[in-house]
Amino acid sequence: MNLPRFTFHRLWAIVLKEFIQMKRDRVTFGMMIGIPLMQLMMFGFAINSDPRHLPTALRIADQGPFARTLVQALRTSDYFALVHETASEAEAQRLLQLGDVQFVINIPADFSRQLLRGERPTVLIEADATDPAATGPALAAVNALAATVFNRDLPGPLARLRAKNGPVDFRIHAHYNPENITQFNVVPGLMGVVLTMTMVIITALAITRERERGTMENLLATPVRPFEVIVGKILPYIVVGYIQVSLILVAAHFIFKVPIIGSLPLIYVVSLLFIAANLAVGITFSTLAKNQLQAVQMAFFFFLPSILLSGFMFPFRGMPDWAQAVGSCLPNTHFLRIVRGILLKGNGFSEIAPHLWPLLVFLVIAMTVGVKRYRQTLD
Amino acid sequence: MSPPTVATPTDLAIDVAGVTKRFVEKIVVNAIDLAVRRGEIYGFLGPNGSGKTTFIRMLCGLLTPDAGTGTCLGYDVRSQQAEIKRHVGYMTQKFSYYEDLSIRENLDFIARIYAVPDRRAAVQRSLDRLGLANRSHQLAGQLSGGWKQRLALAACLIHEPKLLLLDEPTAGVDPKARREFWDEIHQLAADGLTVLITTHYMDEAERCHRLAYLAYGHLLTRGTLAEVLAAAKLTTWSVTGPDLRALATTLRDREGVEQVVAFGNTLHVSGRDAARLATVIATVHDRRHEWKQITSGLEDVFISLMDEAQDNFA
Repeated sequence: MNLPRFTFHRLWAIVLKEFIQMKRDRVTFGMMIGIPLMQLMMFGFAINSDPRHLPTALRIADQGPFARTLVQALRTSDYFALVHETASEAEAQRLLQLGDVQFVINIPADFSRQLLRGERPTVLIEADATDPAATGPALAAVNALAATVFNRDLPGPLARLRAKNGPVDFRIHAHYNPENITQFNVVPGLMGVVLTMTMVIITALAITRERERGTMENLLATPVRPFEVIVGKILPYIVVGYIQVSLILVAAHFIFKVPIIGSLPLIYVVSLLFIAANLAVGITFSTLAKNQLQAVQMAFFFFLPSILLSGFMFPFRGMPDWAQAVGSCLPNTHFLRIVRGILLKGNGFSEIAPHLWPLLVFLVIAMTVGVKRYRQTLD
Repeated sequence: MSPPTVATPTDLAIDVAGVTKRFVEKIVVNAIDLAVRRGEIYGFLGPNGSGKTTFIRMLCGLLTPDAGTGTCLGYDVRSQQAEIKRHVGYMTQKFSYYEDLSIRENLDFIARIYAVPDRRAAVQRSLDRLGLANRSHQLAGQLSGGWKQRLALAACLIHEPKLLLLDEPTAGVDPKARREFWDEIHQLAADGLTVLITTHYMDEAERCHRLAYLAYGHLLTRGTLAEVLAAAKLTTWSVTGPDLRALATTLRDREGVEQVVAFGNTLHVSGRDAARLATVIATVHDRRHEWKQITSGLEDVFISLMDEAQDNFA
């Protein structure tokens, strides 16, 4: 073959053409700038692998000075935000189960007395260990605290009470995931991530493709109603979504040995809500995107925070308030908590209800926007 | 302007008046009146972007007119779009069936959408009728232009519509396939189907019962071929001889000469004002060239109409 010689002007012609096309496709151009900015914000500011200010419930039965010192020390350690004080064991358990608190710290009735007698009183710290990454650093801090917390309160002769392993015996009880197995947290979480990815991208693509290829016009010239088109297009993907859910549940149980304590039917019912919410987002994107490439890019824009800010990859409570606020708007954040709650904590309907209504609100809003925009594209 | 027909409303498949559509500020279709008789093949012509497609979309219920009233198959174009869609077959300009479905699957899908009774038989009939039977398992995306067009026609006929709206159905189709297509259209019309068809081909325009010419959203002329030609009042001379290029250049700048078009070794010179054109020709007349007056062609008429419209509306 006799190829013509390389020339710079031909190369330049192609380069120029690419730049012109890049400039024309505003959405793609925006994504090229927007996605790095978004990643910068999320990785740079939002993500924190050393989460502090974790909500903690205090069950304190001793009002002595040593107990108060201990509470003060916990507070100043920065790891614990003492948001609840309760006397009831049952209430403390419920707070843990709902995920309202990460820790329950139990200070026994004769704490001060035992301490002075040198009996190393036991302080029980109960942790919601579904996400080992969230509890790890805080529990490590407690152990460091133990050795030094009473140094000032035990001067002179009392110094002998500062036993080698500390004057207090901190017992840690990791609930729901006692062996701190990361997979227990990740595998259920994956359900939300996989569903977000497939449902949003596939619906956005499916409808955009129909418009890009011109088949939508044909379809609309038939007696078919817009509602029939939308629902008809998403129903098959709901089936696909359920296959994905089942696949992950099977893998979770047989390969990763994730405990399945709660009700499987409940998972399937809640999944429907979550799948529908994501499909609605996909439909909205499909009405905004001019072509399939743009649809994928928009889906990516949604997918990124759904992974990073939902508590899937990094502890939710480790993020600054603004990031938590963004995360709370994402359906995946709530779905993750629901799935982890059902599988690992055995949560039932009443425990997951606080996370169901945000899903529902999201679904209603996304559906309204999606259908409204979809209608506008017709006339 | 009122429709130049005296037909009773029931004889009319399409009967609309003052149909207008704007997109943002631009008027795409401007107060069009149109009456098409049942069983008629009505040709819709006009330059690209003249509003043909938009007008058709309003007829088949895809778009709602901003102004104007009328009926399509007796149904109101503003309020009974669902009824219209059920009885109209619309073939889009671009092939718009599913390329990743086979011919049979495409037809089956459309038949289901229209809830065609005895669907399997209807699909088979449609495959047989258009000679698609032994290709029925081929994917639509792999078909050539002519076969895609057959498939599209088969698909928009499957629910036995009473009115067929065809938007440039023969663009990019070879002459033989085009001729077969038109034979089929005439057969359908003979069976009572009304057809509104847009085209850029003059030979196709001549095969229509009636014509309308649209430019810049305005309906400029309509009627039978003879009526359109007569209404244009265009005079055309043909001239043969040496140095036609120089002659053409001279003539083009003259007042009263509208078109100078070369056809091989002949030049066609047209103008709307016959007397003025004759005066101009007299000034360039010499022994070397042979002049004779001929009947204007449809193309000459349309180009003349478009130039006139450009002066008035553009």
